Amino acid sequence: MAKQTPANALKGAPKKQGGFSKWLPLYALMIPGLAYLVINNYLPMFGLTFAFKKINYNVGVFNSPWCGLDNFGFLFKTKDAFIIFRNTICYNLVFILLGNVLAIVIAIMLEQIRTKALKVYQTCILIPYLLSITVVSYLAFAFLSTDNGFINNSILAPLGVEPVSWYSTPKYWPFILVFINLWKGFGYSSILYFATLIGVDGSYYEAAVIDGASTWQQIKYVTLPCLKTTIITLVIMAIGRMFYSDFGLFYQVPMNNGMLFDVTNTIDTYVYRGLLQLNDVGRSSAAGFLQSLLGFTLVMITNVITRKVDPDSALF
Amino acid sequence: MITSSKAAKIIPNVVLAILTLLCVIPLLLLLMASITDEQTLTMNGYSFFPAKFSAASYQYIFKASQTVFRAYGVTFFVTIIGTACNVLMTVLLAYPLARPGLPARNVIAFLVFFTMLFNGGLVPTYIMYSQVFHIRDSIFALLIPTFLMSPFNVILMRNYFKTNIPDAIIEAAKLDGASEIKTLAEVVLPMSTPIIGTVGLMAGLAYWNDWTNGLYYIVKRTDLYSIQNVLTNMLNNIQFLKSSAQQLQGVNLEMGAIPSVGVRMAIAVVAVIPVMVVYPFIQKSFVKGIVIGGVKG
Repeated sequence: MAKQTPANALKGAPKKQGGFSKWLPLYALMIPGLAYLVINNYLPMFGLTFAFKKINYNVGVFNSPWCGLDNFGFLFKTKDAFIIFRNTICYNLVFILLGNVLAIVIAIMLEQIRTKALKVYQTCILIPYLLSITVVSYLAFAFLSTDNGFINNSILAPLGVEPVSWYSTPKYWPFILVFINLWKGFGYSSILYFATLIGVDGSYYEAAVIDGASTWQQIKYVTLPCLKTTIITLVIMAIGRMFYSDFGLFYQVPMNNGMLFDVTNTIDTYVYRGLLQLNDVGRSSAAGFLQSLLGFTLVMITNVITRKVDPDSALF
Repeated sequence: MITSSKAAKIIPNVVLAILTLLCVIPLLLLLMASITDEQTLTMNGYSFFPAKFSAASYQYIFKASQTVFRAYGVTFFVTIIGTACNVLMTVLLAYPLARPGLPARNVIAFLVFFTMLFNGGLVPTYIMYSQVFHIRDSIFALLIPTFLMSPFNVILMRNYFKTNIPDAIIEAAKLDGASEIKTLAEVVLPMSTPIIGTVGLMAGLAYWNDWTNGLYYIVKRTDLYSIQNVLTNMLNNIQFLKSSAQQLQGVNLEMGAIPSVGVRMAIAVVAVIPVMVVYPFIQKSFVKGIVIGGVKG
């Protein structure tokens, strides 16, 4: 029921004068970026339909015949389907839980340090985050290599323990992968939480101390409530990526070793191997399709729930 | 700041000192391995205190190894060009989206945001780049897929422009007769150095550390391998040779084809050095970038 007041009319007038053409230069600036999004992000979305085709490179992808749900049938006939979904989800759950707990603990510790050492700590714990996963796989190899590795030669041998063949013993890898993931990422998330903490008003703590709060009580009743929004935001974002895994961590660090697939195969490594090593595009595209669709659904669901529980923390 | 007793203050320092060591020590082992004498390595394994030092690995890289130098060149080229294009495209897309009144601004911003929620994944992306755009085995394969522009950075930068550049300043520049590009280059960008630095850093690190584009799209032209690809390739070759050596017992393998244990570690050191040299200088803006970027922009 907008009444046409003179003020409204005036407001509208100058905008129309320039017309659409005055915005043209700005639209022109956006062309490269938008073109890239179309190519790199939107075209592949339509490519998800490849999951319903029997891909044959000889006749071209677009002329390949449709095959309904066959690819999904092939995928679920193998026991790989269960393994890759189990691994991807379970590793992510552990990473989210341990990663955030560790980061919060370290952020609280960083916050208590007011000496020059703070800068040293901050600088050093970020170093693993800067390394490529390739270099991380070399570091892992330096420690775990059966013949020359530091652990076998310098720790186990003096203790009189038989050398362990790390790269062919699956039972150690869940621990190794969790350790490496935490090692590489804890600095980054600690700094994030730390940034929230230094913004906390000091008078909260003073008030708590006057009321006789112990260190632990200060953490429980002041620090953690102040971190709530950051925690929720980071956890939602991580849950949204529940069906995705760090390809390098699960492919390159275990050196693509077949004996370890039971505990190292995730959706991403499976899709890659099917597509580029085993020439099994059908199953690969079916797994990728499920990953995209389930990932998207999960983001939407978590966001809806967050908006109900705590609207400030919702992503959109 | 949490108030605690003197004794309780020691704990954080001890824990953090241990963690700091834990982060640095593996790199130290890598460095030590690269300067250890080859025979000592095969006898005692990688160690922090090698019995005998040798610079042979680095001599090998500098003298004999064409591969490493070429890969280094490729990686520098891709990182510099890629980062420059990345920052430019991010600015050019983010700036109009931050301007109030631009028709369809929110629709376009949503289209950018949507790519963060939903994507096609590896199979369609790979098929499109290799079968439709034919970028396999070219330098474009290292530059274009995935890293050329990040939608997340576009949104980050747009929010920065919105909150830090007052409309009045832009309007004033336009009243003086400045064109859109002139306003952007001479008024807006000088006020935005922190966010440009952050986006540039993230893009540069992503390009330098990337090995996936080379893995997917460089099939035959191994001269286009980045330093990371050389590293992965070497580790995988060793694994392959070892497993085939076990199968073909007694067959004399040409072991000269793969660099020795020490040289491998030396190449890994060479791949890390640029990052470690630059890091102290950018440490502050890097931390700032994490803080701006990590919590929702």
